[in-house]
Amino acid sequence: MQYFPFVVVVWILGVGLYGIVTSRHLVHLIMCLIVVQSSTYVLLLGVGYKTGAVAPYFFDIPNHTPAVDPVVQALALTDVVVEAAVSALLLAIAVQAHKRFGTLDPQELVELRG
Amino acid sequence: MTPGQRRWIFLAAIAGLAAFYLWGLVGLPGFGNYPGPYGDVINRIAVAQTNATGVVSAVNFEYRGFDTVGEEFILFVAATGVAVVLRHLRNERERNADGETGDAPDEGQRVPETSSAIRMVALIMTGPTIVVGWWLASHAQTDPSGGFQGGVVLATAFILIYLAGQFLAFQRVSPTDVTDAVEAIGAGGFAAVGVTAVAMGLPYLTNFLGLGITPGAVSSSGTIALISFFVGLEVGAAFILIVGELLDQTLLLREGSG
Repeated sequence: MQYFPFVVVVWILGVGLYGIVTSRHLVHLIMCLIVVQSSTYVLLLGVGYKTGAVAPYFFDIPNHTPAVDPVVQALALTDVVVEAAVSALLLAIAVQAHKRFGTLDPQELVELRG
Repeated sequence: MTPGQRRWIFLAAIAGLAAFYLWGLVGLPGFGNYPGPYGDVINRIAVAQTNATGVVSAVNFEYRGFDTVGEEFILFVAATGVAVVLRHLRNERERNADGETGDAPDEGQRVPETSSAIRMVALIMTGPTIVVGWWLASHAQTDPSGGFQGGVVLATAFILIYLAGQFLAFQRVSPTDVTDAVEAIGAGGFAAVGVTAVAMGLPYLTNFLGLGITPGAVSSSGTIALISFFVGLEVGAAFILIVGELLDQTLLLREGSG
């Protein structure tokens, strides 16, 4: 059980990649990319977790209370922001691809390119 | 390559990847056995050093503030990128929301009437959303919050206005020029806080403001609160711009005939 969260990480990564490889729609593909990326949130938070520790907020608890690692939490926050930015950009590109080629199927897009 | 072949190649590859990945992860200390020491050290010293009780914000806006500048500019560049990718192409022209330039909108593009239930809920939610967003953006130093979260919630309030009214109302409350300027102020403000420290003869992004007396008070923690505020502006404006650009595509543009 000690390694269960890490199994979850690999599982999320795997299903996301499967979705990307078999995708027939660019929007679906971008969603799958988001799934892949969310595996990193689980990994980061899992690495920093300490059994019985509280969140790293010391507003009303003493300073020496055991708390989880705030560094990985800050990294997860970074991760979320970058993911949102990247998916917005990719969705915009998908809009343009649809305008230009009239399809959002990656297979057909490849064929159009020759 | 047929989809079937592609799937088999992928399954072989992912089996290998998963095996090696798991092998690597099992070498980590198990879940719940955080080895430290960095997180523990920061948890001990952050409140005393910065007067911020929200250590995640202290890490983001103080200890690794330099990284966060870069991160904020990722968002800035992405918003710019969306605007560039979705610019008006030569054979596109703008159409009014009511299709005034002549041709009726395509069947697939026609926007259904908003139901009054959605309008009501959106109207009721707008005020509280702004309050929550503002609260999050201005309390980075005390609670689990900060400019990134607050900015996104603030942007949501504007999208609720779009839901409650129409696109034109959305544009009226968030004119692109103003949003652009706010985004630039947010992004530039963060960098300017760092440059100000340099001008005072301190290293970049040094916390040069007073730290306040009470840890966790809104007035405490110096530049952490200030940076969080700028980040809130930047993130909110960036998301309003991104959503506005995408709405613009569905509602205002159509392919020209030639």
